[in-house]
Amino acid sequence: MPFIPHTETDVRSMLDAIGVEDIDGLFDEIAGGLRAGELEGVPEGMPEMAVNRLMERRAAQEGRPLCFLGAGAYPHHIPQAIWQLTTRGEFYSAYTPYQAEASQGTLQVTYEFQSMMAELTGMEVSNASLYDGGSALAEAILMAVRGNRKAKSKRVIVPRAVHPHYRDATRTIVRNQGIELVEADFDRSTGTTPLEQLDSALGDEPAAAVVIPQPNFFGRLEDVDALTDRAHECGAQVIAVANPTALALLSPPGQWGGKGVDIVVGEGQPLGIPLSAGGPYVGFLCTRKNLARQMPGRVVGRTVDADGNTGYVMTLRAREQDIRRSKATSNICTNQGLMVTAATLYMSIMGPEGFERVARHCHANARALRDELCAIDGVSAAFDGPFFHEFVLRIDGRPVTDVLGDLAGENILGGLALEPYYDNLGDAMLVCATELHGEDERRAFAEALARAVA
Amino acid sequence: MTELIFDHSHPGRSNDAQMLPPAPEPDDLPEALRRSERPRWPEVSELQAVRHYTRLSQLNFSIDTHVYPLGSCTMKHNPRACNALAMLPGFLERHPLAPPEAGQGYLACMYDLQNILAEVTGMRGVSLAPAAGAQGEFAGVSMIRAYHDARGDTERSEILVPDAAHGTNPASASMCGYKARELPTDEEGDVDLDALRDAVGPQTAGIMLTNPSTVGVFERNIEEMATIVHEAGGLLYYDGANLNAILGKVRPGDMGFDVIHLNLHKTFSTPHGGGGPGAGPVGVRENLLPYLPTPMVAEEDGRYVWRTEAECPDTIGRMTAFAGNAGVLLRAYVYIRMLGRRGMERVAEYATLNANYLMTQLREAGFEVAFPKRRASHEFIVTLKREHDQYGISAMDFAKRMLDYGFHAPTMYFPLLVPECLLIEPTETEAKEDLDRLVEVFTTIRKEAENNPELLRTAPHTLPLRRLDEVRAARDLHLRWSPEDSEPATGTEG
Repeated sequence: MPFIPHTETDVRSMLDAIGVEDIDGLFDEIAGGLRAGELEGVPEGMPEMAVNRLMERRAAQEGRPLCFLGAGAYPHHIPQAIWQLTTRGEFYSAYTPYQAEASQGTLQVTYEFQSMMAELTGMEVSNASLYDGGSALAEAILMAVRGNRKAKSKRVIVPRAVHPHYRDATRTIVRNQGIELVEADFDRSTGTTPLEQLDSALGDEPAAAVVIPQPNFFGRLEDVDALTDRAHECGAQVIAVANPTALALLSPPGQWGGKGVDIVVGEGQPLGIPLSAGGPYVGFLCTRKNLARQMPGRVVGRTVDADGNTGYVMTLRAREQDIRRSKATSNICTNQGLMVTAATLYMSIMGPEGFERVARHCHANARALRDELCAIDGVSAAFDGPFFHEFVLRIDGRPVTDVLGDLAGENILGGLALEPYYDNLGDAMLVCATELHGEDERRAFAEALARAVA
Repeated sequence: MTELIFDHSHPGRSNDAQMLPPAPEPDDLPEALRRSERPRWPEVSELQAVRHYTRLSQLNFSIDTHVYPLGSCTMKHNPRACNALAMLPGFLERHPLAPPEAGQGYLACMYDLQNILAEVTGMRGVSLAPAAGAQGEFAGVSMIRAYHDARGDTERSEILVPDAAHGTNPASASMCGYKARELPTDEEGDVDLDALRDAVGPQTAGIMLTNPSTVGVFERNIEEMATIVHEAGGLLYYDGANLNAILGKVRPGDMGFDVIHLNLHKTFSTPHGGGGPGAGPVGVRENLLPYLPTPMVAEEDGRYVWRTEAECPDTIGRMTAFAGNAGVLLRAYVYIRMLGRRGMERVAEYATLNANYLMTQLREAGFEVAFPKRRASHEFIVTLKREHDQYGISAMDFAKRMLDYGFHAPTMYFPLLVPECLLIEPTETEAKEDLDRLVEVFTTIRKEAENNPELLRTAPHTLPLRRLDEVRAARDLHLRWSPEDSEPATGTEG
């Protein structure tokens, strides 16, 4: 019996102690008609050895392609120490630190995570993480609407240059709360959100919040200072959606415009979390100290024990669902503890300089790759202006999906076709380069792309 | 007290094994958009980081190190194979937007998992998209709303929730724009049927139930409840928090539920990770299929493909940016393949055996249980009200003292309706001798409560820290390190 330690003798003496004939007797309060029959659709169990073979075969089918896909999930080098430590049983098999005295490991790691994320984003405080970047944006919007009562509005401006999947997840999550999501369009030649588009989305009505991506979905850098100031002038809070790696080079949202933004969210996957088919990742949310009580999700704070020694506990618990029930700031019950552990280790092991080098290499490789690919006939850059580590290409002469299909045939994931997301970008694809994409990788891509578009 | 990683930092110390060569200035980035100062992250060697975090890990109680009878959380063994196989390079390197033709292995696992979960819950279709139990609940209630809305039945404004329900239930209902209306529990632990009859009406969108319930007993009137709610036009939502008690024995679909969520980090043994990640797949009957959250995996001509908004126009939409917590789903899949159909039934059988045995032994030892006339499900409630009145100790004091004896404490003060309660869930993976030891510890602590209650009130005594001041943490907020918190670096390492 997998993972069940009972011997026959154990079972007999336990049943005798309870006073039932057999184990089935323990289910005698359940009406007979409710009992399930044989579960035909569940396969027979297999020993670990056989499951190993099955999973190894399936993992091998994945082929480990050379990946230039980004769009919200980025391939990066992950130092070996990170997952060796993160999967230590004491981190891996612990639960929510309800018993603080027996959970100081998890609690202190989380406190360190909050500290490092606040440093990175230039904000005063951070929560203990959310599910991912997409759901974090939804939670930030709910938080802004809660926190900005002065605006007397439930309108939120969301640029179309925000990741389309983030906008989808946000719609799903805020749909039933009377919140109106208003799109702001991007400029066709720059791929960024101009002030005029923000103004036209804002109109004459008040708005609770404005979302500003940096870099945006197309990899382009937005004029974050001007957008932030304009939103604040209109009485809206500003929610930044930022890529953590990019923040090694770019101005932290806490310093955007005259006052800095109010909330920063994003996807922490680039901080030592594997791509792993889309999760588990780790959403982050940082804010001003005076908005801390509006934050969703868990938060860890510093305190002292009965002897005055420093320790850590979950705090601001009165916001949470298990206490506030239907009036909680969110229904969220967990954070992404294990991913927080990995991200904290990543930030510690890379250090500020190592991390900045990673960002510089991402940027340099992406610039080089764009130049190399645009040198191919029929391939051109869709947008002008600076970008971080992603850019949009237009392909002449062949449908993008065919080109990507050919590349996949050479075990290269060349990018994301934008046609399903943007009508006017039917001939475009989004391409990413990170520190993993040096000269050899880029050359392999450029040669394959040249063949595919020829 | 353990130092923070920042306390080990020395300016200029770098970890050269991770240091890429210098890269060119990003001179194309406008100066106004550039960062002027690096984040003040720690500057430590790899060894310092490894030692610091290894030591921190050792401050945790965990399943791997301690018996962890935390009620409602199903802290069972997390088999190592699940972790190792989910972390095979092919899976780890798969990009979430990789096309199906780039690799079918991962999709094959997800397709199997959807079908197995549908079978074991008696549902027609399953989506693996929700990232945690609370997101599963939210998705479930959103589907209930979408179902009523699609029929033009827009006056329904209430979700019924038993008073003993997890706090996520009313919180999820209110995130979907519903008012949560509470139902009382009767003295034997079942939902009060008369109260239910009074509560239902044209305003009822549905009911959220956990069965076995959060008070650790099987809801015996479930079929009648289903009839009452269905006749009022409402739907039944099953919170899968306690599925471990009936896995393979009773299927939520056969009890009359229309929509369910599962906590894979409970019943299917994926790690709790210090508070996540979880995974909260949802399952539905035929009539709710169009609303399932995306993406899902389908089979077409022998190949696995994604189903997204394009193919599912009535979906409630995405829950996260990608396809949920894929790595957690893989771990659950490995666990299920090792268990198989018979192994699943044994989960319920032995979880129930352990809980009933432990309940019997604790009663024998003189402890009071909340519902003495009932069988335990996979968990049960001890109330320390008598000890509280006699010795002036609280459930919290008792729980903290358990830590001194090397047992993680049970869940305290939940459900809210039982005073001074401990919710105890041993799970099927604990051996009889460990349960016997737990009974001894309970007995010892009660003796201590009688002779020296102060010992409990000031517990724990043997851990690196004594009882922590939670009130102060909330009043005087310190949510992050700042440089003034660390002594200036002196060149000697702690």
